[in-house]
Amino acid sequence: MNFIFDYYNYWIVVFLMMAGFYIVISAGNLVKKVVGLSIFQTSVFMLYISMGKVSGGTAPIVAEGVTQYSNPLPHVLILTAIVVGVATTAVGLSLIVRIKRAYGTVEENEFEDKDDAI
Amino acid sequence: MLEQNLAALPIILPLIAAPIIIILGRSSLAWAFATFVSGLACLVAWELLASVLSNGVLSYAVGGWSAPWGIELRIDAANAFVLLVVASVSTLVLIYSKQSIEKEIDPSRHTLFYTAHLLCLAGLSGILITGDAFNLFVFLEISSLATYTLVSLASDRRCLTAAFRYLVMGTIGATFILIGVGMLYMKTGTLNMLDLAQRIHLYDSSRTINTGLAFIMVGVSIKLALFPLHMWLPPAYTHAPSAVSAFLASTATKVAVYVMIRFIFTIFGADHVFNEMSMGAILMVLAVVAVFKGSYMAAVQSNVKSVLAHSSVAQIGYMILGVSLFSAAGLMAGLIHIFNHALMKGALFMAVGAVFYRMGSVDIKAFRGLGKQMPFTMAAFTIAGLSIIGVPLTVGFVSKWYLVVAALEQNHWIIAALVLAGSLLAVVYIGRILEAAYFNEPEEGQKTVKEVSWLMLAPMWILVLANIYFGVDTSLTTDAAQRASEMLFQNSQEINALMESLHGTEVSVAQEVSP
Repeated sequence: MNFIFDYYNYWIVVFLMMAGFYIVISAGNLVKKVVGLSIFQTSVFMLYISMGKVSGGTAPIVAEGVTQYSNPLPHVLILTAIVVGVATTAVGLSLIVRIKRAYGTVEENEFEDKDDAI
Repeated sequence: MLEQNLAALPIILPLIAAPIIIILGRSSLAWAFATFVSGLACLVAWELLASVLSNGVLSYAVGGWSAPWGIELRIDAANAFVLLVVASVSTLVLIYSKQSIEKEIDPSRHTLFYTAHLLCLAGLSGILITGDAFNLFVFLEISSLATYTLVSLASDRRCLTAAFRYLVMGTIGATFILIGVGMLYMKTGTLNMLDLAQRIHLYDSSRTINTGLAFIMVGVSIKLALFPLHMWLPPAYTHAPSAVSAFLASTATKVAVYVMIRFIFTIFGADHVFNEMSMGAILMVLAVVAVFKGSYMAAVQSNVKSVLAHSSVAQIGYMILGVSLFSAAGLMAGLIHIFNHALMKGALFMAVGAVFYRMGSVDIKAFRGLGKQMPFTMAAFTIAGLSIIGVPLTVGFVSKWYLVVAALEQNHWIIAALVLAGSLLAVVYIGRILEAAYFNEPEEGQKTVKEVSWLMLAPMWILVLANIYFGVDTSLTTDAAQRASEMLFQNSQEINALMESLHGTEVSVAQEVSP
């Protein structure tokens, strides 16, 4: 049981990662694919954020009487990655808008049929 | 001042110029400015290569924060070489694109095209010269996001689905790299590449490090479109505007190959990757399959851009094959092919774009009788096509020669034979197009067309002449590639020496071991 509870943050990461990955692969709806992609990326954010935790450490703000701090660097890194993730989602969604205009659908199998007809 | 900050300029110049282009508004003004900036970046890259070849490695601390805490830009023979390729191809493609995009991109989006192109250039330059593993991920995403936009600019609606598929695959690849870098950071507490290289071997057999390696290798393989992770590439290059295909085919995947080389040789150490993790065997098999699958698919396509896209998958196979041989000669062959393939694929896509400009189609039927109607374009296509096949006096021959020599050096007779057999398949797919152009009469009712203007021909022919020049006089390319591959192997051996002193065990010298 300890194996599960001691590493619970990693279990959450793995679960989210696989769930997101599965959605990306299995979903036929493009919006769902983007949702899956976001969940997939979020799992990696969790991985980074949880690795910055130092046992017994507090928030990395200088204060009196505190000697041990958590590592702030992974948080800063992931701030950048979140921005990248938002940008990716934005580009993905705007592509979907244009696909909807061009094909009239956002279901993957439907627009593939339409292109074959040309 | 300028001298000191030279290392940062390849990123800064296009990054600052990109938003200015949106303000400029007018399409022709934007074109002139973008070409000017890209030309400047090219000059800087040339200057950097010269400086690196004479004075050795150049290190630059971004914002004055010294490594390993701050982000380090680190320029050595390997990345200065690839940087020059990227910047020169970008400039030539921009000159070419002025007319080419008239037919392929909606006029209201012309300035956006130049903006996205420069952002992509900034991202690619950043990937090349950064010495920080996390920073590499950020630049990778900058260039990728610009790439998705570029692909989706074409007026054919199929480019949208191609761009979306590319976005999904590309994001998964980049996220895999992010996971891998995170695992390295967990164990070593550093992100600077050199610092990583020194510390990784304290935890040599750690499962975390090896899992990180696996994530990074898979992520990079998606980015460079190694079989079987190449499915995004053919539709993206087929449906993108021709100028974009020419730029991406000759730079984006090459930069990803460089990233793989960097991770293998500088960070993890070739000995660890190839001998202990036996990645060499995996990469070699995948590379050979890529060569044959890519060439076969290219031979059965009727869309000529699709032929070239599938052929790119095959050519990436050759590069990875060179890397997977795990010898200085093999690595050198891979690096030379990065340069040479940029020359030939750039010229081929430009020629096809010129045909599209006149004919409005890139189907193989549209090529019938073009040998007479567009003699200069088709001559360019022919020479670049012969270069893909590997005919002597072209750069393609030089790459194949070094690759075969490197394979024979390690007694891989079968690999050498397979490389040559792959060239035969290239004869088939290039030959079909040449046959249509020179030996078939145009279909009845097909319009007769004129040659395109010099603005499209000039950049195309510069690449074609470079194909011949570097095929005859190989001293510059082989010199630079040799210096780069020796340096990378030296990196690897330093890591080995470090391990030896740490573990007190004997580790064989990398070059003498066959995978």
